Amino acid sequence: MSARVELREVTKRFGAVEAVAGVSLEIAAGEFLTLLGPSGCGKTTLLRLLAGFEAPTSGTIWLGGQDVTPLPPYRRPVNQVFQSYALFPHLTVGENVAFGLRMQRVPAAEVKERVRQALELVSLTGLDARPPDQLSGGQKQRVALARAVVCRPQVLLLDEPLSAIDAKLRHAMQLELKRLQRQIGITFVFVTHDQEEALTMSDRIALVNRGRIEQVGSPPEIYNRPATAFAADFIGQANLLPARLVAGEAGGARVRLEGGLELRLPAGAWPEGVAEALVSIRPEKVHVAKSKSRARSKFPEDQTNTFEARIEEEVFKGATDHLRLATTAGTRLAAVVANESALGEVFHEGDRVFCGLHADDLVVLRLG
Amino acid sequence: MSGVESAGGARRAPGWRAWALLAPLLAWLLLFIVIPTGILFVYSFCERDELGRVVYTFTGESYARVFDPIYLRIFGWSVGYAALTTAICIVVGFPVAYQIGRARDPWRHRLLLLMMVPFWTSFLIRTYAWITILKQEGLLNAVWQALVPGHGPLDLLYTPTAVMIGLVYAYLPFMILPIYGSVEKLDPALIEAAHDLGAGQLRVFSAVIIPLTLPGIAAGTLLVFVPSIAMFAITDLMGGARVPLIGNVIQNQFMQARDWPFGAALGMVFMALFAVVYWVLGRWREREEAAG
Repeated sequence: MSARVELREVTKRFGAVEAVAGVSLEIAAGEFLTLLGPSGCGKTTLLRLLAGFEAPTSGTIWLGGQDVTPLPPYRRPVNQVFQSYALFPHLTVGENVAFGLRMQRVPAAEVKERVRQALELVSLTGLDARPPDQLSGGQKQRVALARAVVCRPQVLLLDEPLSAIDAKLRHAMQLELKRLQRQIGITFVFVTHDQEEALTMSDRIALVNRGRIEQVGSPPEIYNRPATAFAADFIGQANLLPARLVAGEAGGARVRLEGGLELRLPAGAWPEGVAEALVSIRPEKVHVAKSKSRARSKFPEDQTNTFEARIEEEVFKGATDHLRLATTAGTRLAAVVANESALGEVFHEGDRVFCGLHADDLVVLRLG
Repeated sequence: MSGVESAGGARRAPGWRAWALLAPLLAWLLLFIVIPTGILFVYSFCERDELGRVVYTFTGESYARVFDPIYLRIFGWSVGYAALTTAICIVVGFPVAYQIGRARDPWRHRLLLLMMVPFWTSFLIRTYAWITILKQEGLLNAVWQALVPGHGPLDLLYTPTAVMIGLVYAYLPFMILPIYGSVEKLDPALIEAAHDLGAGQLRVFSAVIIPLTLPGIAAGTLLVFVPSIAMFAITDLMGGARVPLIGNVIQNQFMQARDWPFGAALGMVFMALFAVVYWVLGRWREREEAAG
C-alpha cells in the first residue's frame, strides 16, 4: 500500500526566489517523516511539489519507483490534509469523506462502507450528516484526515494539520496521528514548524532551512548530534559558543570557549585543520551540584570536564530549574536542572556551584 | 445606548436614532416609489378621454386588455430576451469574474477598475456609440468590407442581434460583480483539495466552483434579469421599433398613445408578477437554508 518517496535534485524557483534549492531526499515506505523548519524555509513548497500543486523548476520526484514529476495532483496516489482543513462547506461530513471515492467512480455501496470505516477510524461515527461549519476544530481536522485516508493513498501529506488546534488537544492528536499511521501503514510526510511536535511524532526528521535540507535523522540523532549551528539552535535549546583550539592531545583536543572556559573534547571531535569552531552544549547536559565531588560523581572522571561557576539567574519552572551560570573563567552558560526530588539540592541566585560536563555531550560545529 | 456602541453588539429593534438615520431613505422610498405606485394603481382603474386625459371612474377594462394575446406574446418575448441576456451574461461573465477574483492583488484592483471605466460615460452615449459601430456605414461594417471585398454590408443595427448586444453590454457588469464577490471568497485550498482527491478540471468546476459561487450567480441573475426585462431605451435605440418588448409597450402607452390607464395596468400586472417571483424565490431559499 505505502510507497517509497524520492526527491532527486529538486529545485523550485518563484521568480528570483529559490524556495527549494537542490533537495535530494529518500523517504522509506511506511515511514513517518517530518519536514521541520521555520516559516518560509521551503517545507510547504516541498510538500506542494510532492502533492503536484507545484511543478519543480528542475529535478524529479519519484513515488514507488515511478517518476510522477509530470503528473497533475489528481493522477498522483497521494492525498493531503490541509492546514485550513479545506473541507467543502456545501457538503456534509459524509459527502466530504466520500468526495475522493466519487471522483474515482467507486460503486455506491462500497463508498458507503468505506466512508463508514474511515469515520470510525477517526472516531466520528454518526456525524455523517453534519455540515462542516457545525464541527469543532478537532473534529474538522479528523474529517480532513478521514477524507484523505479513505482514498487509500500510498503517501499521506500533512501540512501543519495541528497548528489550529489548542495546545491540550494538540498533544492528544499528535499521539493519535502517530498511532493511526502505524495502524494503516501509509507513508506520512508531515510538515511543521513545531520542533516538539516533530520530535514526538517522527521516525525521521528532515530539518529544512533556506530551501535546503540541513540534516536528516531520527529525533535522538537530530537532538543529540546536530550537524549545524542552525540544527542545534532550532531544535531544543543550546549554548552555542565560539571555541579556539588550545592543544591537540592524544586523548582529545583542549579548547578554550568564548569567555575563557577550557574544556576537553573526545578524540576526533575537533575537525582537522581548523583553529576555530562552535561548541554546542545542551543546557540539561550540564550537571550542576553544590559540591565538587557530587558534580564529578555522575560520569567517569577522565571523561568529565569539571568547572566552578556562580548562579547569575535562576528561574524555577516546576519540572525544571533554569540557571544562568557564569564560570570562574568568565564563560556564560545556560543550564537546566531537573526537579528530581523535593529533597534534592535547591539553587539560588548568587550560589557557587560545581559543574560536570561529559566530553561526549560536547558537539563541535564548523563555523559558517 | 448609542447606535455606535451597539454596532458590534446584538441585533435589536431600531431606536429613534436608527430611525433618524433611516429617514432619508424612507422619504425617498415614499416620494419616488410608494406614492407614484399608488398613483399608478389608481390610474389603472380609470379611463381616458379623447385627449388622453385621465378620467376618474372605476373600471377593470384596462386589466382585461392586458391579457390580450398580443400583449401576452410581447410579454413572452420580453421574458425570452431577458432570459437569453442573463444566460449570455453568465457564460461570458463567469470566466471574467473568476479570473479577476483569482488574480493577484495589484492586478485584481486594476482589472476591477477597468470594468468600471464604462460607467464614467453616460449610458445613452455608450448606446449611441454602439449604434455608430453597428450601423451600415459603421465601424464593424467598414472592417468587414475591407476583409471580405465584394460583399455587401451586414445588416446589424435594428435587428434582434443588435438588441442582444446592447442588453448584454449594458448588464454584463451587474453579473460580473456579484460572481466576483463569490469567487473572491472561495478558498483556493478547496480547489486544491478537490484536485488532490482526484477531480480533474471539469469535475472541480462542476462539483466545487459552481456550487460555491452559486450565491453570486443567483444575485447576478436577479440584477440582470429583472432590469433587462423592462428595458426600453436599448430596444428602442438599437432595435428600432422592430422588436417591441414589454418595456417599450408600457413606455408607448404613456408617451405616444397617451393611454395612461392602460400603461398603468400593464405596469401593475408586471410588478405583481415580479412580486410573486421574488416571493417564490425567497421561500425556496428559506427552505434551502433550513434544510442545509
